[in-house]
Amino acid sequence: MSARTGFLEVKDVRKAYGAIKAVDGVSFAVGPGEIVGVIGPNGSGKTTLFNSILGQIKPTSGGVEFCGEDITGMSPLALARRGIGRTFQTLQVFVKLSVRDNLIVAAQEFKGTLAGRLLAKPDAGLGEHADRTIEMFRLKQVAHLPAGSLSYGQQKLIDIAMAFMAAPRLVLLDEPCAGVNPSLVEQLRELLVELNGTQGGSFVVIEHNMDFIMGLCPHVICMVEGKVLAEGPPATVQSNRQVLEAYLGN
Amino acid sequence: MSTRNRLVVLFASLVAFAVLPIFLKTYGVYLMTLFCVYLMATMGLNLTVGYAGQMSLGQAAFFGIGAYHAAILLTLGWPFFVVLPIAAVACFAAGLALGFPALRVQHHYLAFATLGFNVLVYLVMRNEEKLTGGTFGIANIPRPSLVGFSLDKPLPFFYFTFAATILLALALWWLLRSPWGRAFAALRDNPIRAESLGVNITAYTLLAFAIGAACAGIGGVYFATLVNFVEPAPFHVTASLTMLLAVIVGGSGRFFGPMLGTVVVVLLPEWLRFMQNWYLAVFGFAVVALMIWLPGGLLSIPERFKAKGAAE
Repeated sequence: MSARTGFLEVKDVRKAYGAIKAVDGVSFAVGPGEIVGVIGPNGSGKTTLFNSILGQIKPTSGGVEFCGEDITGMSPLALARRGIGRTFQTLQVFVKLSVRDNLIVAAQEFKGTLAGRLLAKPDAGLGEHADRTIEMFRLKQVAHLPAGSLSYGQQKLIDIAMAFMAAPRLVLLDEPCAGVNPSLVEQLRELLVELNGTQGGSFVVIEHNMDFIMGLCPHVICMVEGKVLAEGPPATVQSNRQVLEAYLGN
Repeated sequence: MSTRNRLVVLFASLVAFAVLPIFLKTYGVYLMTLFCVYLMATMGLNLTVGYAGQMSLGQAAFFGIGAYHAAILLTLGWPFFVVLPIAAVACFAAGLALGFPALRVQHHYLAFATLGFNVLVYLVMRNEEKLTGGTFGIANIPRPSLVGFSLDKPLPFFYFTFAATILLALALWWLLRSPWGRAFAALRDNPIRAESLGVNITAYTLLAFAIGAACAGIGGVYFATLVNFVEPAPFHVTASLTMLLAVIVGGSGRFFGPMLGTVVVVLLPEWLRFMQNWYLAVFGFAVVALMIWLPGGLLSIPERFKAKGAAE
């Protein structure tokens, strides 16, 4: 565990809605450059945990530290500025903007000042970077179309590509494979491995697709009813009897 | 349409618009100048509503603030080109001042907050007689002269206003192509995602609102010098509704939407005047029909045909 401390540390986070404990004392740590998977049945509190880490909701108690700084309850904007990115469970692209503009807007706010951006070039100096990313995600044919006009799978790729445009130090991905066809799942896994290698950021990935998690994450956390039930390498977690019971019933 | 064809159409329209008033009587030239004046305000509103996705029913208040600045300062003998930036900055500041509390709410709540602001501004104009002249208004607002050349006559003043409208349109075009324009669109399409990508949504929302207000203020200055007289009536909430209608009828969030929409709300009622008492009813019916069959505004017609052609 010691290798994993000091980067992202989630300490005993709890989030209750009245009597319902959506997240019930979750602690874990993520090291620099590490990919951690979070699995668990529907309603086990994974997304609530993400939202508590990412400032979308305020945890009832507990804390989150990033690079030694207490980031509990910080706004999504403050977190973005610290190099923490995310994707959402549902598609969140800018439907009327072109694919290329979606990618540029995802990084432009990290360059220069607000006033400087008014006077900057239209592409904010990010055109080449956007084109490379478009190439990498195989979106070249549709680069100038409005994102909203594309297929679900293509929009999902844009959605994920956007999260990496500013080369964040930590990215939390909420079900990147949901609704994506099997061949694209494999492409996505390869892309994430490549991005992890080139950008060196840490990823936390919520996912139901076990093959994807097994192939991507050396470390997996299984959540059930708001608690961490098991943690470790994917094979160990998957063969854990309690985990099997939680997924398949007694 | 290719980019070249678009430019040809744009250039031809501009030339036609510049030549037309030569053949018109005084009232026609007045209407075309009024169109330009309204267009400045509706282009600003299109930035706020169409591009940045905020609701506003208070654009006429900013238009009025600009007009009253012009009326008060110009009758005191201040030079036009000093008054113009003062009015623009005042409206920008008023936009920020309204935006700070009002933009905490969205959609119809924001509509009511801006509507309330418009009512408040209207009441100040009507009741602060010492400053605004109350319902009697302020008369004898002088028109400027340009390097010794008088702009008192309708035609020179039209060209003066037309040039200002083009300059403002170019400034907005450049703004919308800059990274700011992209941030505005992001904030309209999906503010939650935008914020998680580092877009300061509070700052951009306020800016979109305040820049839109400043455009209305500039329009207001030209309005005051066009009619040489201000009183509260043209800045009533009804005018805000008309401006919003112009943006939506033309095609909200499209650069040329307000141009078309403002033609409809400024000139169409005049053309329908031969119908006498019926014209408002016909105008109202036309707007309702348009909103039902063309919710994307007049500029969405070509896309409609394209989509229909592709489907067949």
